[in-house]
Amino acid sequence: MTRSFLGMPATAPPGVGHLRGSEPFPVAARRALSDAQLRRNLGHATATIRSRSAAVVGEVPDWPQLRAAGRAIKTDTMARLPELLEQLEAAVAAAGGTVHWAADAVEANRIVTDLVRAAGADRVMKVKSMVTQEIGLNEALLSAGIEPVETDLAELIVQLGDDRPSHILVPAIHRNRAEIREIFLRAMPGVDPALTDEPAALAAAARRHLRQTFLSTRVAVSGANFAVAETGTLAVVESEGNGRMCLTLPETLITVMGIEKVIPTWRDLEVFLQLLPRASTGERMNPYTSMWTGVTPGDGPQTFHLVLLDNGRSAVLADPVGRQALHCIRCSACLNVCPVYERTGGHAYGSVYPGPIGAVLSPQLTGVEDNASLPYASSLCGACYDACPVMIDIPSILVHLRGRVPHPKAEAAAMAAAAYTMDHPALYAAAQRAARLGRLAGRRGRGLPPPLSGWTASRDLPEPPPQTFRQWWAER
Amino acid sequence: MTARELILGRLRAALGGPEPVPVEVARDYRGAGSVAADLDVFVGRLTDYRATVHRCVDADVARTVGGVLGGRQIVVPPGLPGHWLPDSVTVVPDDDLGVERIAAADGVVTGAAVAVAETGTIVLDAGPDQGRRLITLLPDVHVCVLRADQVVATVPDALARVDPHRPLTWISGPSATSDIELSRVEGVHGPRNLHVVLVL
Ligand code: SF4
Repeated sequence: MTRSFLGMPATAPPGVGHLRGSEPFPVAARRALSDAQLRRNLGHATATIRSRSAAVVGEVPDWPQLRAAGRAIKTDTMARLPELLEQLEAAVAAAGGTVHWAADAVEANRIVTDLVRAAGADRVMKVKSMVTQEIGLNEALLSAGIEPVETDLAELIVQLGDDRPSHILVPAIHRNRAEIREIFLRAMPGVDPALTDEPAALAAAARRHLRQTFLSTRVAVSGANFAVAETGTLAVVESEGNGRMCLTLPETLITVMGIEKVIPTWRDLEVFLQLLPRASTGERMNPYTSMWTGVTPGDGPQTFHLVLLDNGRSAVLADPVGRQALHCIRCSACLNVCPVYERTGGHAYGSVYPGPIGAVLSPQLTGVEDNASLPYASSLCGACYDACPVMIDIPSILVHLRGRVPHPKAEAAAMAAAAYTMDHPALYAAAQRAARLGRLAGRRGRGLPPPLSGWTASRDLPEPPPQTFRQWWAER
Repeated sequence: MTARELILGRLRAALGGPEPVPVEVARDYRGAGSVAADLDVFVGRLTDYRATVHRCVDADVARTVGGVLGGRQIVVPPGLPGHWLPDSVTVVPDDDLGVERIAAADGVVTGAAVAVAETGTIVLDAGPDQGRRLITLLPDVHVCVLRADQVVATVPDALARVDPHRPLTWISGPSATSDIELSRVEGVHGPRNLHVVLVL
């Protein structure tokens, strides 16, 4: 068989799932910037996580070595992805699980829907999972008459509020306690009308609301943080215990994972289980991590399905510069340090993957022409690279992708980005200051100075960014 | 062509060459066996995450458990050492109990497989003194009895000690959420109270 017969790398299909926004980044960003409440919520949340994470990262004497090992393991994984997936498949099957392959979102949604129907269920409970949002699984289930119930507190807030997630880790980061109380009072059946906006009271309301669902729902759908090729072990990292409920209580468990989540060996977990919680929630370890290998007689679901999803990942792998976006362990550290994300929030990015990682992952998954403004949704300040626990060089991928954006659209996007910046006095003042510094330093002008240089360089590939923007950010 | 063939073919095409290039992983971080466990650090980490720690000798475990759960109904895995249980509790042995029965219990007492000092983590592997995953999930109070020699220093130490083919639950403090304005709330769906009895 020839390779062309087997198919070439393919991007994610349009018309299904949530990888493409309905409008370019600068347009959506402009609206977000005018929402003062949103900016306050985001500023508070990202600053809190940043300082928590910095404290627990600082406790680890070998953090640089762990980061380097994380990067090396992921690089090795991508170089051997086909054989590792075959190894994972064999190990899961040997432990009593069933493995399915889904070339894109449409296939994955059909596989999951068929499995739920075959189990005779009309309701599934879900653990927070980026990948099922990516493929639009909830919409697919609903249109098949199956009710998906989100069990993560933030996802529940988003689902009850008929809203969209805005952060990888804290999807309701854009909502404050008063707004969450309103949503619960409006949309949570049987809620106590005297509910206060104390976080503990709101969490207790969610506990009561979901308890019976956990005890009576026969099918659960989860994502996976890691899948070990060597042993067939799946791992889900969480905080609330809703993950444990979904992974333990139902008869049937369906796990959907992007093919890049595989890691070669059991031992490799020792690197990622140290990197992920500290970079992510800023905890030494998250409250609960569940690991399971196939099925265990008498303990947990007796039927286990693993759905391996491509949906554009093969196209990302085909780009030697861009493929490191597949190394992402979804910790969200890059969002929390990003000056652009902090101002615009997640919705402006259109895709379920927001922030710096979204700006490099979404355009590669869909084909860069479908997310042409995202490679410009950055000042190239480099803070994301410094924060990333697996050392993904996001600025270099952004620059690389800008070179692949079709020119007319790119220019339009860049101009809109420049316009939005100039509408915002703080950013504009910074640009002016940077321009002065740039002139003093005798730099040759190439479009606008930092931070605008990154947003306007559409014909020339920009050089690696100078420190100016970050210095400004730190001192502002 | 099946989806499997299609995806594997796409990935091989994406990588371009027939021969994968091996990548060397430098494991110069602190691996298993490189650091000694510090029990005070372990206790400090647990307390930091709002778990309650009791230190006692083996003969006093029952009294300690009684202090937490006396007068209440507790689920017990089949292999739990009997002398850990005080007379003051009503024991509900898990002989394939239904979920409603487990959820109705006040608490659960288990052993553990291993614990990590640096992160304040307890690992359960569903051994006879720990039981099915379910029983440590539904009751609101979990009392976990640990021997001091089960505490290792780091995450790599713990991974080296457990069997991947058993269902594993890594527990670091009580169930918690920070989803509302990043303010940490203990106890959403898992046990809201975690007590660790460290047997010296
Ligand atoms: S790119 Fe790095 S920092 Fe950003 S979410 Fe992924 S792993 Fe975390």
